[in-house]
Amino acid sequence: MLIDWFTVGAQVVNFLILVWLMKRFLYQPVLSAIAAREQNISDELADAARTKAQAHQQQDAFEKKNQAFDEQRAALLSKAIDEANAERSRLLVEARKNAAQASSDQAKALIDETQRLHDDLVRLTQEQVYDISRRVLADLASVSLEQRACEVFIQRLRSLDDRAREALSTALKVASPQAPALLRSAFELPVAQQNAIQTAIDECFGQTIALEFQILPELVSGVALSVNGLKVAWSIADYLEAISTTLQARLSKTEPV
Amino acid sequence: MRLTPDAWIFWEHGFFKLNATLVFTWALMAVMVLGAALITRRLVTGHQRSRWQNLLEMVVTTIVGQIKDVGLKEPRRYLGFLGTLFLFIGAATLATVIPGYEPPTASLSTTVALALCVLVAVPLFGISGQGLAGYLASYMRPTPIMLPFNLISEMSRTLALAVRLFGNMMSGAMIIAILLSITPLVFPIVMTALGLLTGMVQAYIFTILAAVYIAAATRNGEAAPGP
Repeated sequence: MLIDWFTVGAQVVNFLILVWLMKRFLYQPVLSAIAAREQNISDELADAARTKAQAHQQQDAFEKKNQAFDEQRAALLSKAIDEANAERSRLLVEARKNAAQASSDQAKALIDETQRLHDDLVRLTQEQVYDISRRVLADLASVSLEQRACEVFIQRLRSLDDRAREALSTALKVASPQAPALLRSAFELPVAQQNAIQTAIDECFGQTIALEFQILPELVSGVALSVNGLKVAWSIADYLEAISTTLQARLSKTEPV
Repeated sequence: MRLTPDAWIFWEHGFFKLNATLVFTWALMAVMVLGAALITRRLVTGHQRSRWQNLLEMVVTTIVGQIKDVGLKEPRRYLGFLGTLFLFIGAATLATVIPGYEPPTASLSTTVALALCVLVAVPLFGISGQGLAGYLASYMRPTPIMLPFNLISEMSRTLALAVRLFGNMMSGAMIIAILLSITPLVFPIVMTALGLLTGMVQAYIFTILAAVYIAAATRNGEAAPGP
């Protein structure tokens, strides 16, 4: 017979033992290892997902910070530009002001220089005229310029018109030894001429006039009587005034614009 | 010439006997268990693992996948029984390349024993799956008239399992033995290769049929939605 029942029973027992042994030594360890590895992979994937999410969060935060930084930088830049523009405007105004001041100072200096030059020219001209006149008079008439100036003054005094004479007479009446009338000359008058002038004045106004003689170099060559705001004078300065006016007109024509 | 390894008896004492079927079965069991124990002793859970561990994992996961494909919802619950069926029958076939070896599955006693195991396991899994009443009721579906036919079906399919496996394995061994006596050089090798293929196919068929029976028993109510 092909079936041996003892062998059948033994094989059933063998098979059941083999099932138990294979479960114990094969299926459970292998399935546990697979499960552990799957768990590891799952953990790694979860960790990677968590890390990715964290990275996204950090990226978002970084982008927000970047945006805020850009906005702040733009605001600061705009503010700096505004401040620079304001400073530029201020500096321009200041520079214009300084330029205007410098221009004004230059113009003033030019005017002062012109005036000084003019004064020098006038003084030089006076001196030259005075010197020339003195020489001419000495050569031609043997008369000193000072003497001739006194004579011309006396002559002018005597040829005053009535209204001027009246006004001057009224003014001379208040003159006293305490407040004498002033007779100014550019040079020291000799006593003879002082007397001649005193005499001429006394005769012209019919009274003795207290005079005080003073030297005033600005008159260059001339004699001036001044009392109480009124004045009678002759000097080369009158002629020089005409020359000065002519020169002034000529200079104003040649000044740069 | 022996028709079955049962006839190759080493020791006998009354009802008890030590034949080649039992000896080769124990040898196979020893090799399988020792091999599995040696390999699984150093299992790693990292990404780098040995080729033997890879092989075992591949075998186990393939069996689990096949069981799942049959329709069993919890394949790991049936892995011990069905996986061992496949591995034992497959190992018994693979060992035929060893000279002097006779596969235990070429013994009708072994195949009957395995078929009986299936015969017992199916109702046990069925009862644990849907309860005793539910399992017994499955024999009277679709009508109680079907009860005797269902019982006959249980017996006949068990017998078919046993005889199919025995016939294939025994015939393969017999063909090789006959060919060895006729043309000892080339043909036995070809037929051994063919026998390996046939044996693996039979291991697969036996296991899948057992799985199908278990699946039918455990989800009988689900499979019969109504006339």
